[in-house]
Amino acid sequence: MGRISNKEIVTMAGTDIIIHDEKDNVGVVVIEKITPKQDCDCWIMENDKSVKIQSMDEIPLGHKIAMTDLNEGDTILKYGHDIGKVVKSIKKGEHVHVHNVKTKKW
Amino acid sequence: MEIPKTFLGYKREDGRTGTRNHVIILPVDDISNACAEAVANNIKGTIALPHSYGRLQFGADLELHFRTMIGTGKNPNVAAVIVIGIEPKWTKRIVDAIATTGKPVEGFSIEGVGDIDTIARVSKKAQEFSIWASEKQREERPISDLWISVKCGESDTTSGLASNPTVGNLMDKLEPLGVHLCFGETSELTGAETVCEKRGKTPEAQEKFRKTWSSYNDFILKEATDDLSESQPTAGNIAGGLTTIEEKAFGNFQKIGGCKFIDVLEPAEEPTKGPGLYFMDTSSAAAECVTLQAAGGFNLHLFPTGQGNIIGNPIEPVVKLTANPLTARTMSEHIDVDVSKILSREMNLDEAGDELIKATIRVANGRLTCAEALGHREFVMTKLYRSA
Repeated sequence: MGRISNKEIVTMAGTDIIIHDEKDNVGVVVIEKITPKQDCDCWIMENDKSVKIQSMDEIPLGHKIAMTDLNEGDTILKYGHDIGKVVKSIKKGEHVHVHNVKTKKW
Repeated sequence: MEIPKTFLGYKREDGRTGTRNHVIILPVDDISNACAEAVANNIKGTIALPHSYGRLQFGADLELHFRTMIGTGKNPNVAAVIVIGIEPKWTKRIVDAIATTGKPVEGFSIEGVGDIDTIARVSKKAQEFSIWASEKQREERPISDLWISVKCGESDTTSGLASNPTVGNLMDKLEPLGVHLCFGETSELTGAETVCEKRGKTPEAQEKFRKTWSSYNDFILKEATDDLSESQPTAGNIAGGLTTIEEKAFGNFQKIGGCKFIDVLEPAEEPTKGPGLYFMDTSSAAAECVTLQAAGGFNLHLFPTGQGNIIGNPIEPVVKLTANPLTARTMSEHIDVDVSKILSREMNLDEAGDELIKATIRVANGRLTCAEALGHREFVMTKLYRSA
């Protein structure tokens, strides 16, 4: 779960976004920032697969991008687990953070 | 990588091994801080551990105070201890418990004497201890004498992606070698509590974890006046991209790798079930947590950070690692191990874990951590409730 694979890495450069688990609907930006309309390369750690996505927003290092359209009430999955609920609908490629996602706990 | 079988440490009277050789001046209570600090200023090679509490505490809170004081004195990184309290009774209780290790320890009380004469009397004993400890030599000790605690701070998403899994990789490699390991941060497992509970090695350990977490969570829900969005995640966490406590918890949880915990410890409790991973019930505030783990007997700490927490501890060296390339660059004087190349995929987790093991052994052998060189000595007692 969410662990980085120990496999030999063939293509080293060019990963803009890392996704922990195949089930996740968000990815994490791992370059200094991505800009709107940028075509980003994403790497899924769990299965070592690559996917592409076009960003809608400027998103800084460490922040999350929606990998799919999300509606109010939907669950955000990261590490393959529930990390909170959508409180304002989010389009694929948009920035996911405290303005549109809240905890289910406190 | 072949992991070294030994490191160079200080063998103590009770058979444990220290990675450091401190002589500490331990005040029992807040009002004895001035004496303790004056003595440490007089006598080189000693350090005072001032703190804010120790008067009128009662019940479980008082027991925790004693456990933290005693555990700090017993820690193998401490060669000798001077305890100073306002009155003799609590002072003696702490001295007697530390003395069971066989290490030199002596207590002093201030009432009826005053600060100035106490400082003079204590300074003479402290000088004796300091010179005695200075002759202790490091010797080859088995790697299993490492007791490693972990806690992360000012985390961001790079913590869960890379620096915490690096610690997890180290745990996976060191656990089979008989190392004691400890994680804590009860409240910061919220959201991952069910997954964490299943990592208990026995049904008893699982049930103990569930009770411990539930009790902490009930306390938070009872005291909370809002959704805790100003506290958990912290402003630093949010700036780093962490959105919810659940997200923080799953990142946090990466630190234990694939290990299972064999027991759940009270705050500052020493583990007694042999080598392996323990969970300790602690606050998630960095200095409080590390102080409790050091009092539990852990002799080296690993601290992954995202946005750049700068904590240190007076007796337990704190090794900091980050995977955030901006933090590694802008706060380099605080970072012992830079694993940011994991994010650019120029380094894999196995390599990062090996780098961390190498750094851990160098620090165990005596290399100063960034926090030690910068003078970070945060000694913070956990207080459970108001005094009587």
